[in-house]
Amino acid sequence: MQNPPNKFSRRNFIRMSGLTGASLTVGFFMPAAAKGIPELFTAGDAIEQGVELSAWVSIDKNGLVTIMSHRAEMGQGAYQAIPQIVAEELEVELDKVKVAFAPGHQTKWGSQITGGSSTVRGGFKNMLRAGAAARQMLVIAAAAKWNTAFDECYAEKGFVIHRPTGRKFGYGELVENAAKLKPQTGVKLKERKDYKIIGKPLPRLDTPAKLNGTAVFGIDHRLPGLVYAVVERCPTFHGKIKSVDDKAARASAGVKDVIRVQMPVFAGTREGVAVIADNVWNALKARKLLKVEWDETGIDPVDTEQLYDRMRKDLAKPGLTQRQLGDSERVIGKAEKKVEVVYETPYESHSAMEPLNCTAHYTDEKIEVWGPIQGPDWIQTDLADRFKIPADKVIVNMTFLGGGFGRKAFTDYTTEAVTISKAIKAPVQVVWTREDDMTQGPFRPGAVYGCQASIANGRVNAMQIKMAAQNMDHQWAPIPDKGEYNRSTTEGFPEAYFDMIPHYRFADIPTEAAIPVMWWRSVYSSTNAFAFESFWDELAIAAGKDPLEFRKMHIPGDKERYHALLNKLDEVSGWSKRGKNEGWGLAIAECFASIVGEVVKVSKNPSGGVKIDKVYTVMDCGWYVNPDIIRQQVEGSIIMGLGAAAVHATNFKAGRAVETNFHQYRMPRISDTPEIEVHIMENEEKPGGVGEPSLPPFAPALCNAIFDLTGTRVRKLPFDLKKLG
Amino acid sequence: MPSYQLNINGKNYAVEATADMPLLWVIRDIVQLTGTKYGCGIAQCGACTVHLDGTPVRACSMPVSAVGKKPITTVEGLSSDLTHPVQQAWLTEQVPQCGYCQSGQMMAAAALLKKYPMPTDEQIDTAMQGHICRCGTYPRIRKAIKTAAKLAAK
Repeated sequence: MQNPPNKFSRRNFIRMSGLTGASLTVGFFMPAAAKGIPELFTAGDAIEQGVELSAWVSIDKNGLVTIMSHRAEMGQGAYQAIPQIVAEELEVELDKVKVAFAPGHQTKWGSQITGGSSTVRGGFKNMLRAGAAARQMLVIAAAAKWNTAFDECYAEKGFVIHRPTGRKFGYGELVENAAKLKPQTGVKLKERKDYKIIGKPLPRLDTPAKLNGTAVFGIDHRLPGLVYAVVERCPTFHGKIKSVDDKAARASAGVKDVIRVQMPVFAGTREGVAVIADNVWNALKARKLLKVEWDETGIDPVDTEQLYDRMRKDLAKPGLTQRQLGDSERVIGKAEKKVEVVYETPYESHSAMEPLNCTAHYTDEKIEVWGPIQGPDWIQTDLADRFKIPADKVIVNMTFLGGGFGRKAFTDYTTEAVTISKAIKAPVQVVWTREDDMTQGPFRPGAVYGCQASIANGRVNAMQIKMAAQNMDHQWAPIPDKGEYNRSTTEGFPEAYFDMIPHYRFADIPTEAAIPVMWWRSVYSSTNAFAFESFWDELAIAAGKDPLEFRKMHIPGDKERYHALLNKLDEVSGWSKRGKNEGWGLAIAECFASIVGEVVKVSKNPSGGVKIDKVYTVMDCGWYVNPDIIRQQVEGSIIMGLGAAAVHATNFKAGRAVETNFHQYRMPRISDTPEIEVHIMENEEKPGGVGEPSLPPFAPALCNAIFDLTGTRVRKLPFDLKKLG
Repeated sequence: MPSYQLNINGKNYAVEATADMPLLWVIRDIVQLTGTKYGCGIAQCGACTVHLDGTPVRACSMPVSAVGKKPITTVEGLSSDLTHPVQQAWLTEQVPQCGYCQSGQMMAAAALLKKYPMPTDEQIDTAMQGHICRCGTYPRIRKAIKTAAKLAAK
């Protein structure tokens, strides 16, 4: 069944990011004559003078190549992967390449929204073609200069070489002539076996700047005349101001102004009081002197305990079916052997290390913003709409992001910063404190899962899974049809399982609550997979089967990719050779077009509880760009997954978040980190996502290992490893 | 407003600031060295770590008036050309992802290596325990500290 279009759903963002054919070519090759150079350069100091040959490639007269990172760099490696792809076809070595962040643009690079692990899988062909097109133009220009046949010339390491004579031109000598040529389409791309750059574990181009303080994050952006603001926002979600006494704050050192400000939160708004000063500290001090009364009438006094009680009770409802086959209800109802369990997962804060911030300058002519922004094209249209000016007068500059995880793909903080700049008629940097960042949301939604299945002849013959959770799509204006199922209900469930279960039903029961919720690394998969893969483990045990064999029994024999992954996982972890109840657990998940399997080994901790000895991961992301970045992302996903499984959670009391800073919302530390082994499958599949897919299988693999060791089944996250067994 | 003479990375700066202004904001907003990061403001995450007379301190929780004459080193003072063994090791092991916490991580590692040139895993845990990395670069930080120790011993 085709889902109705939904302007703001995550799925639609992924669609816009070029995963379907239609949008792949949107705005792709800019005509060379109208190269768009002015708009590129108005984006600030990101790029040095050069001539643009295709959307991603500019070259200056000395041969320095600039490749645009059209996606945000928040740690996941876009700033490396994009040039690594483009340079391969451009035939230039990466040490001759400079990377610049592209400004927000509606069509030029396709979607720039950095989410859904989509930078490589969504745009790799465009980037290959951009590199190839630019190379072709340079070769044609060289052949023309030599007055020789095009096929006597080839490109290598930043030069075009005339094969019969060995004569050569550097790209810098050719670029002006090349730019006069028609953009080249249909250039033949290289075979994967001929790659010199793609597929290699090359060091990241952003690393050096991150080691000596020169990398500019949003909070580091400076402008002449810049002032700083902090905002006291209503602590309850969607709250309003009743009264403000700002006398003491205004008299505080360095304070320039105190104003009321409104920030959009999905369909609603949140009010706050902004204190503007000459530096952050003076603004923070004055903020403490504000006396604000909040109007909390009609506010949902959301409370974690009551909320989860309600979600558990909701599991009795039939729910909205996303996917079904046969009649699972009937089969489970009359089955002799069945398993019925409930799993619970908490709300979480993104808590990127760089708290939210945005620098904005509103003038009569234009709006310019700089900041840690995951979706510069989205912010451009959003600001144009809200401030009623043409999109080309809105310049959105990405800086490095000190983490994003989904939170920085949102429009609240950018709107707020522009609103303040407009009101005070000056460039302003709005800095969120850690407390602001951690308590205001949006949060990852928590979820409660009711899982039922029946077993016959050692196999699952029916399965029903219901998810009670907030539906992120329900928050946007205009509020959509709430009778529509949550499209992420099965997210993370390996597709191959569906082929082997004769009766199944997946449904969601939308939870209504005032808590703003949003994408958090791997989104619904981050909670779904805990339920799905813990449940598979429970079913395997109920059926008296080995958990790995049991999974293979539920994957068709011709789905080789899954079997190869599970075989590899067995081989690298020594799964089949393990002893009984030694503390081994496994899980697999499929999301963002990749499949990941993980095995966790735990043991009794001599000082009490359970410790993690080792994590084995096998990642199948198909065609890939940089194996070392994959390893980084797997390591990081496992540690972030460990945090959400066994370290932190966001709770609510009286309509506000309880955990305000890292003393309450604790984080995994270096001593909590297990040894992590990463293996990457080699195959010819299409590229899959890398930044998110290895997070979901960690929590279930860990809990399955804990059950194996201790006999204790963990069905509620987070839990304390030290208090187990 | 009181004025203070600060020695940062071997350079002298005269700054005017209220006595309670944390060193972090003095370094970032007045001296304009932005490599030192704000992460939590309550000495829980370590992103703001600088050296005060060679000892790692949390700049977010140290008032400028408490600095006195002690020299300050920030990440910019490790070296601008990445020649410090910790920077070298961080490069070799490709530690950073987003990179935001790494200034503080490297300052802690540099101080650790001064105290223990060949640190054990336990010494590494103790020295680095106060530093949060949301990207989860901990396995590489551990490896890089050992690499830095070897580089420094050469």
